[in-house]
Amino acid sequence: MNTKNFRNPQLINNLVEKIKQYKEPISLMEVCGSHTMAIGKWGIRNLLPNNIKLISGPGCPVCVTPMSIIDALLDLKDVTIAIFGDLMRVPGENGSLELAKAKGLDVKIVYSPIDALKLAEKKETVFVGIGFETTIPGIAYTIKQAYEKNIKNFSVLTSLKTVPPALKLLSSDEDINLDGYILPGHVSVIIGKDAYNFLPKDYNIGGVVTGFEPADILSAIARMIQQVKNNDPKIENEYSRIVTNKGNITAQKIINEVLEPTDGIFRGIGIIPDSELKIREKYSAFDAEKKYNIKIEYKEDKSGCRCGDVLKGNIIPPTCPLFGEICTPSNPIGPCMVSSEGSCSAYYKYERIM
Amino acid sequence: MKNEIIRIGHGSGAGLTNELIKEVFVKNFKLQSLEDGVEIENRTVVSTDAHVVNPLFFPGGDIGKLAISGTVNDVSMKGAIPKYILITYIIEEGFEISELKKITNSVQKEAEKANVKIIAGDTKVVEKGKADGLYLTTTGIGYLPKGVNLNSKKIKNGNKILINGTLGDHTISIINAREKMELSPAPKSDCASLNELVQVMLKNGNIKFLRDITRGGLATILNEVANDTQLGIIIDEENIPIKENVNAVSELLGLDPLYLANEGKLVSFIDGDENKLIEEMKKNEFGKDSAIIGKVTDEVKGVYIRTSIGGLRPLIMQDSDPLPRIC
Ligand code: SF4
Repeated sequence: MNTKNFRNPQLINNLVEKIKQYKEPISLMEVCGSHTMAIGKWGIRNLLPNNIKLISGPGCPVCVTPMSIIDALLDLKDVTIAIFGDLMRVPGENGSLELAKAKGLDVKIVYSPIDALKLAEKKETVFVGIGFETTIPGIAYTIKQAYEKNIKNFSVLTSLKTVPPALKLLSSDEDINLDGYILPGHVSVIIGKDAYNFLPKDYNIGGVVTGFEPADILSAIARMIQQVKNNDPKIENEYSRIVTNKGNITAQKIINEVLEPTDGIFRGIGIIPDSELKIREKYSAFDAEKKYNIKIEYKEDKSGCRCGDVLKGNIIPPTCPLFGEICTPSNPIGPCMVSSEGSCSAYYKYERIM
Repeated sequence: MKNEIIRIGHGSGAGLTNELIKEVFVKNFKLQSLEDGVEIENRTVVSTDAHVVNPLFFPGGDIGKLAISGTVNDVSMKGAIPKYILITYIIEEGFEISELKKITNSVQKEAEKANVKIIAGDTKVVEKGKADGLYLTTTGIGYLPKGVNLNSKKIKNGNKILINGTLGDHTISIINAREKMELSPAPKSDCASLNELVQVMLKNGNIKFLRDITRGGLATILNEVANDTQLGIIIDEENIPIKENVNAVSELLGLDPLYLANEGKLVSFIDGDENKLIEEMKKNEFGKDSAIIGKVTDEVKGVYIRTSIGGLRPLIMQDSDPLPRIC
């Protein structure tokens, strides 16, 4: 796909002018960490007037992965731990995988779940499967492969989250005042636009599904302004070049076959009903939680990190007293400073005034 | 220093590396500068470099070619003409001699190309498992032509910033080869000796300062310069040459080409008119995509980038290597 059109300065300029005509204060949440990054990377905040507030949401898989997962991994012996790179520096209660690796723990970065399965050819491997709907089909597929090929020394420690339940929680929280959502493009490819219909119906709030190019994000903002102006909350699809109403049925099938919903632990936030996907009984031989008797539970973060408030949109990262001084990307106190999709990391990288 | 053991990030070339060098090496060795090459006496420049790369062979080069071009470039960035190289091999038990021959052949080929002589060396073999196949270290010696004196202290407001081509090619080619991503066509490393290009530049432009854009990428170097000189820098995203496939893979993995290592790219701060300089650079094999990408200015403090849609944002020094994200 040619992305150049979505970066055309003339088009961008027109969109910005259109947005500027609206003078009332408006708060929009970009749910997905990749949107937060794109907004920072393109300098979009710097183009918008002050009455438009963009607030980052919980859509950062690394950020919401329970601390007890990191702690459990640090205790694993004689296995290869395969992770996505983002997880490397996330602090648990007793340090990070990066530090443990320097001390000899066998941690390997993989680029896809299937790569992790290949590692199991050499040594007992635990893959840390974390992510939202975008990543989940690949992980489910890998578990199925392991089952079909009867690969005994492979298992997955999961923290797989779904977006709609998190949106339910945010929309029903009275302390959080939002005028609309900028909804995640890639997640929506899987679940489809209709998965958000409950937002206007049950919570009287609208949203726009959109992509990651500057014009995508700006059009979504312009459309949300229109909805608010007309007092007409609905779900719109600005990303129809790849998102359909029903989503990717094949991907949904494989998710359903391997995984089932349960209550999920969101680091910094708490338990969100039905927000997590766990490995079904049929595939339990590949469930690292069972294989190694790991207990995943909610732990309070005692470090003073305010990721939870950041993820819910209660505060912006620079409001956290640790931001930039004590907490930096190489010595992160919380996960939001680590992940390339974390808001604190986005603010540190792109929005600090020097 | 916090967390007092060496982490992989200490080798990134970014903030953690600087911290380590300052805390451990500068203090003990009483170093004057942190640069890769240094002028000793009688206009002699020396530089040393260790080469660890996985895989050893990659599209566009191998560890042998890299070992020569890396050191040739370090010497060249002082404006010097590299002449001699000393090379050390650290080989892991079990390594194929045929591969060693192949790599050594490419050491010699690149040395001939760069017009440097290999004059001495050393070989060590370590037990299986104690090294990753093969490590090379090279030391280069060169001579500084009369009148040449490049230094970040000579950079002034209004100077322009120039690079000699596309960014990120080397890192993306390595990731593609190592992770067997099977991109087609496979991105090629830009691995090259830039000694000739540097002399062309010195002849045709008013060059204040040169740096090869290796680990840490362009963003790290610009921040180091801004720090050293206390001057502001703005670069224009629009003008920075990046190959389409490099951009696509970077976006996919959440990496930013401005922070990625190159092995055949330099950044230069120049004064005065650039037209003749760029025209001459473009005639060189490794200067075809030369471009002015920004300027030194007092409009800002630190380093900023104007994004291609017109936003202005800081371009910070990162502490460590960017990690690939979930995809
Ligand atoms: S700045 Fe650091 S400590 Fe503060 S909320 Fe963000 S990650 Fe947590």
